[in-house]
Amino acid sequence: MAKAPVVPLIMVWFTLLFALCLQVMPLAEGWQVYRPEWLGLLFIYWCMRAPDRVGVFHGFVLGLLLDLIEGVPLGQNALTLSVLAFLCALVYTRFRTYSLVQQALLVLVLLGLVQLLEQWVRTLSGDFSIHLAFLIPSFISAVLWPWLATMFLALERRLFS
Amino acid sequence: MIIKPLFSHGALPGYRLFFCVLAASALMFVDQRFTRMEAVRAQLSMVVAPVQWVVSLPSDLLSWGTVTLSDHQALLDENQRLREQMLTLSHRGQRIASLVSENAELRRLLNAAEYREVDFISTELISLDNDPFSHQMVIDRGHRNGVYVGQPLIDAFGLVGQVTAVSAYSSRVLLLGDASHALPVRINRNGLRYIVQGSGNYDALDVLHVPDTADVREGDLLTTSGLAGRFPAGYPVARVTSVVHDPGEPFAQVRAEPLARLQRSRYFLLLFPQPLPYAEIAIWDDSFALSYETLQSVLQINGLFPLSADPSTMELP
Repeated sequence: MAKAPVVPLIMVWFTLLFALCLQVMPLAEGWQVYRPEWLGLLFIYWCMRAPDRVGVFHGFVLGLLLDLIEGVPLGQNALTLSVLAFLCALVYTRFRTYSLVQQALLVLVLLGLVQLLEQWVRTLSGDFSIHLAFLIPSFISAVLWPWLATMFLALERRLFS
Repeated sequence: MIIKPLFSHGALPGYRLFFCVLAASALMFVDQRFTRMEAVRAQLSMVVAPVQWVVSLPSDLLSWGTVTLSDHQALLDENQRLREQMLTLSHRGQRIASLVSENAELRRLLNAAEYREVDFISTELISLDNDPFSHQMVIDRGHRNGVYVGQPLIDAFGLVGQVTAVSAYSSRVLLLGDASHALPVRINRNGLRYIVQGSGNYDALDVLHVPDTADVREGDLLTTSGLAGRFPAGYPVARVTSVVHDPGEPFAQVRAEPLARLQRSRYFLLLFPQPLPYAEIAIWDDSFALSYETLQSVLQINGLFPLSADPSTMELP
């Protein structure tokens, strides 16, 4: 397997900001529950691809941006995304040896855990009832993962090698 | 070639995570407890303004595209319809003017306190909240326009919600339907006062603590009572859709439907229950300004369709 090229950090941030835009794109009422976790997906991708450059602090900053846009208490998404980065740093060595399907399963677990954490934080900050619907985005994201990962890897090879 | 050690950063992510979790928790705590964070938040929101702008681009493009590409006849029809609507409204406005003066006179006769006109500015929707578990939206007026936290917002049909956060050029509005929103109302028919709380749906509100014997019927109009001092009195809020008397429950279960089109309206009015400190505020944006041509066309239609032709559309609310 050819050595994957090093992607400049500015490109990483560009794609992350693009994912942020997708994440907050307005959707029709009723469809919002089915929105994939774009930001979570792309953040996992970069955490796994470049674990020595993209990590917990990136998650914190991205989370703060998302908090500001969504108008939730400042720090809520910052917390969940830093935890996500930490989880990625724990498993990235194993993750790289997995097949795409296994990777998708692990993505489901990671995103599901992070979503659960987010729901807990929400119950702390106000009246809020946990519903199982919060797992739907994680499922959809996991299904999207193989395509996303393949596409980004191919793009990287074409643009930066 | 330098060989990179596999576990180059060792325990570092753990420490970083610890630091970030602490920082995030502190931020959340401060944000919840201290109102001073509003200002900080307002400043920080400037950073994400470009993202919000980019996000609203597709829908703007789409609406621009629909106007540009829609066919001539449809535009003409719409124009005609709008002209007729404007005519009806202007007629209504004339009658309201005379009623207002009559009302003021009657109040003076009775020595009752006079109503004050409520100031307002127009505003437009920037984005709806993308969080399926809460009901908020962002509008295009901020503290530069005098918007403040707690300010009521209406659309053409009724009360929409209140402002919860303000940044320089935009603000965030909590809608009536959100489960964390409640306001005091009175029944227009008999003056009974209740609290209306959102149910987490756009199309239903709960009227709380209604005794089984209270005179509440389907179809009753609920208007703001003005008792909390936040919303001015007399704005329509909702219409009662169902009253269920369950002998096992201490209160009747009363549901109401918001009159405002929470999901469909795009233009809103921000009300100023307290008079504005400066008078020269531009009430109508240029998007609302009536051009000379529009006025001309209204006058022209006025000639074509006499006002008394359709009395059914002219009854007062």
